[in-house]
Amino acid sequence: MAERIFMRNFDRPESNTLATYRASGGYDAFRKAAEMGAEAVHAEVKKSNLRGLGGAGFPTGTKWGFVPKQRTGPAFLVVNADEGEPGTFKDRYILERDPHALIEGMLIASYAIGCQTSFIYIRGEYVRPWRIFSDAVAEAEAAGLLGQNILGTGFDHRIVVHRGAGAYICGEETGLLSSLEGKKGWPKIKPPFPAVKGAFGYPTVVNNVETITALGPIVSRGGAWFAGLGTPSQGGTRMFSVSGHVARPGLYELPVTATMRQLIYDHAGGMRGGRALKAVVPGGSSTVILTAAEIDLTLDVDGLKKAGSFIGSAGVVVMDDTTCIPEALYVLARFYAHESCGQCTPCRETTGWIFKIVGRILAGKGVAGDPDTILDVAKRAAGTTICAFYDGAVAPYISYVEKFRSEFDYHIRHGDCDVSPGRARPAAGSH
Amino acid sequence: MSVGTGGPVVFSDAHLRRVRELQATYPDKRGALLPVLHLAQETFGWISPEVETYVASLFGLSSAQVHEVVTFYTLFNKRPVGRHVVSVCHNLSCALLGAEDVIAYLQERLGIEAGETTPDGRVTLFRVECLCACEVAPMMQVDDDYVGPLTREKIDQVLEGLR
Repeated sequence: MAERIFMRNFDRPESNTLATYRASGGYDAFRKAAEMGAEAVHAEVKKSNLRGLGGAGFPTGTKWGFVPKQRTGPAFLVVNADEGEPGTFKDRYILERDPHALIEGMLIASYAIGCQTSFIYIRGEYVRPWRIFSDAVAEAEAAGLLGQNILGTGFDHRIVVHRGAGAYICGEETGLLSSLEGKKGWPKIKPPFPAVKGAFGYPTVVNNVETITALGPIVSRGGAWFAGLGTPSQGGTRMFSVSGHVARPGLYELPVTATMRQLIYDHAGGMRGGRALKAVVPGGSSTVILTAAEIDLTLDVDGLKKAGSFIGSAGVVVMDDTTCIPEALYVLARFYAHESCGQCTPCRETTGWIFKIVGRILAGKGVAGDPDTILDVAKRAAGTTICAFYDGAVAPYISYVEKFRSEFDYHIRHGDCDVSPGRARPAAGSH
Repeated sequence: MSVGTGGPVVFSDAHLRRVRELQATYPDKRGALLPVLHLAQETFGWISPEVETYVASLFGLSSAQVHEVVTFYTLFNKRPVGRHVVSVCHNLSCALLGAEDVIAYLQERLGIEAGETTPDGRVTLFRVECLCACEVAPMMQVDDDYVGPLTREKIDQVLEGLR
């Protein structure tokens, strides 16, 4: 097993406590960062080839560079802990099992960007992670690791822990900012980008939990070390959330140079009950599905791109040969119809109509043209909306139909399924 | 329908101090709207139109502005709920591993449909989207806690503990 960076402390007793974190050198990286200076920290992060691990894969050092150096008001760091991409559960583990690694990462990022206040937006359903993380913040405050003149560095910082209230769209960075501002989570038109005009109108960097957690090790061991673990365009390891029909669902940390086949068969225990693999969702639900023949690819951002897909949030959902693909698409179409924020007409309408069409196919009332209608309608709205939500939904709409067309046609012809005939289906209805 | 706790829609002095503290935490006090709505729901049980109007008054907003926010988010209860809230994930990983069977079994045991509350006010059952605990699919949230992987035995055990 390769060295674990993000999960290095997960198995320590009381890994959520400051005492445990400090016993293994915790907060030394922040001290080192403050000695290096902000520009040197930024340079190491650029050198590390760290890419955003929330889904978009944007280079972190580049993102930080968009914050104006000359400014009169404050700048903010906002940590996106609104984990919601179906199939993904990594950030929850960090919040619960290594909250101080996240706090230290927030200090390092804030120091590099030059901000005295950071916000962390935790999804509302994560009550336990929110409590554990809030306790860690209180512990850090009491120990002088947050507040004024932290560790004698002259750097002041406070963390505001903010709870969401249940809306997938708030994981989209500008939707998150709207929500943080006390509004409904409607995404904002870019530009202006958050780095220029973000939270409450001030320059803001929005980074994912896992991304921020990488900063301590990067500062301690150097950007070149982290870069060396990955490919020329993406450094490091990352955490893969594996679920579905595998023998050992769970969280696995691997270098991004590992392959999907290795992840499923060498780490997640292979297929449950020794059944045959049918398909894999590689990076959370909003990604192009892979067939069993397409899993010999590396798990870095570019590896998935070669297969026309996307590593996204690295939420890997594995399906065996008992899976009805139209039913899987129905479940996701219901999700996207429910979670569309309603701001852009193409998204609001298309997600609703596709849910209805897939629903009637599954209910045995599909008509011959339905799969083509799904493809046509799905493609028409692509690229017409404010945020990436709809383009994410298009990935399953199109790829499930194109790659598993015969299953949709069978449902339409026979009113039932060739994979699991007679099985109880999700009730067709509203979302 | 009356407010969950039956009391008047007004925060205690301690809660009002907390509201002011939260409002001072953000560069614009409106940032505290979600935290204050969470506080209101803990206090009053659900976000009734009266609660919306009251919260709006604390922010200098209109009731409509608060209503727009409340109705956008799934966790704010727009109707009274039971003493316990059971939310079953029906998204992809849970669906692959039997979420529909879980929901059917819970509906049968509780004698209600998803979205309803038992007549004795004990449990409200919801279907929800991905709770991001796919490694323990099929799973559900019971009040604050995640529970999974679910079997009939596990569900029986959980229901037994809900009074």
